[in-house]
Amino acid sequence: MAKYMLIMRNTDESLATMMNASMDQMLEQVGRFNDELIKAGVLVAAEGLEDPSDGVVVDYSGETPVVTDGPYGETKELFGGFYILDVKSKEEAIEWAKRMPAIPGSKSEIRRVPGIDEFPQDNEWVQRERVWREQTGQL
Amino acid sequence: MTSLEAVWRIESARIVGALTRFTGGDLDLAEDVAQEAVAEAIVAWPRDGEPDNPVGWLLNTARRRAIDMFRRRAARDEKYALLAQADSDGGDGHLWDPDRIDDDVLALMFVACHPVLSPEARVALTLRTVGGLSTDEIARAFLVPVPTVQARITRAKKTIAAAQVPFEVPDQADRKERLGGVLSVLYVIFTEGSTATAGDSLLRTDLAYEAVRLTRTLAALLPGEPEVFGLIALCELTASRFPARTAADGSAILLEDQDRRRWDRSAIRRGLAALGQASAAGRGLGPYGLQAAIAACHAAAPSVAATDWDRIVLLYEALGRVAPSPIVALNRAVAVAMAEGPAAGLLLVDEMVATDRLPGSYLLPSVRGELLTRLGRTGEARAELELAARLCGNVRERAVLLRKAAALS
Repeated sequence: MAKYMLIMRNTDESLATMMNASMDQMLEQVGRFNDELIKAGVLVAAEGLEDPSDGVVVDYSGETPVVTDGPYGETKELFGGFYILDVKSKEEAIEWAKRMPAIPGSKSEIRRVPGIDEFPQDNEWVQRERVWREQTGQL
Repeated sequence: MTSLEAVWRIESARIVGALTRFTGGDLDLAEDVAQEAVAEAIVAWPRDGEPDNPVGWLLNTARRRAIDMFRRRAARDEKYALLAQADSDGGDGHLWDPDRIDDDVLALMFVACHPVLSPEARVALTLRTVGGLSTDEIARAFLVPVPTVQARITRAKKTIAAAQVPFEVPDQADRKERLGGVLSVLYVIFTEGSTATAGDSLLRTDLAYEAVRLTRTLAALLPGEPEVFGLIALCELTASRFPARTAADGSAILLEDQDRRRWDRSAIRRGLAALGQASAAGRGLGPYGLQAAIAACHAAAPSVAATDWDRIVLLYEALGRVAPSPIVALNRAVAVAMAEGPAAGLLLVDEMVATDRLPGSYLLPSVRGELLTRLGRTGEARAELELAARLCGNVRERAVLLRKAAALS
């Protein structure tokens, strides 16, 4: 089994659609999808993010980091939230992503989440991370 | 994994469930036409591109095959004539009914675990129809030849048809007993998958995970059944020790020697949450819930010495009341020895020997030998351990017992 993150990426277009959508309808669609994930026994975690206008961007291109209020100018696709699924393969993660009640214009990106076991175990910092993960149940 | 395999993994139970209802409860036919649809997809999807609605494609293809079969069988069986007629309206709206699909999957689980079937047949049929595993995968997981699994599944489907097992979720009167049957099949699959000593360990962990997945599905479809959560808790808490239970050379590491830092804390957290759900019903824990509660005591303990053995003794006593067995009695004796000292444990074990419980088993002399060792009665301990070694069928465990006996001379 492997963990995959389904990263939801919004665009201006999809955000505008979302603003106009009915909250009840949206909650129902997302709720039904979540229910399917739970019934299939694959849902590990899921979070959605607040509106990008309340966020900030920290830019490291200069010598010192520069903080800018959102929205973020050139950025076309904004991270909107994620699911983490425990599935057998990338194809299964893709299959779930296809079923996501996504807003037209948005995208989702699928990335494998490597486990702590895949890092060099003799590294002191990896060992420390393992301890933290073990203590907080995030292995 | 191809996208077809991914779709099949996610949807097979619902596809076969919906088709079984469509065929009037004919699981054999439903499974056959579902497999035919998959075989057709293997050819058609790469050629024509994946359909927009893969599940609908599979269902429709299978449905067409089923209708062909209805027509072919109509002449000799009125049931199929009626089915063929009933479907003349076309369309598959009634095939994939969102309000019924959960019940279809549940019914499928109950039928696959029906008491008319042998335990082996229940396991194979559940993995095949509900889990969507191929015959090859089942054969590999259980270390049996493919034709054996094939024969088991074929025979199981014939038995179900012959016994006219209805395709339905049992009503309240039979629910408890039948649910117990489903849970025991899922637990057998889990236990098979958690045996660290046989076969490819990665493959076997997958099988154990498959059991957890199916149990989670059962919990989501049948909420309010505490024992389902009890089984989830037991599986999660047992699986939490997987990372620590085998040495680099593949040999098993006993609970007392495991590096507890390697236990999977996420699995423990999920197991404790499920145990909470099982307890929340307030009806007292069943056999799985109680075993999970025992596993939870180990999960919470930093070491064997610092384990709450008093609580474990009480839990084994409760388990002995709801599911009495000599193994439970022996485990209780071991727990008593840990809580109150080896003499108290030995008293219970001697009682078991006197009443001839567990005759011929190496477990009783092996525990007796351990307790005698701890009491310093080395001569008797050595004799018991040697007896245990003679009775033990597992080469690796026998070697451990002989080593312990030799260490006493």
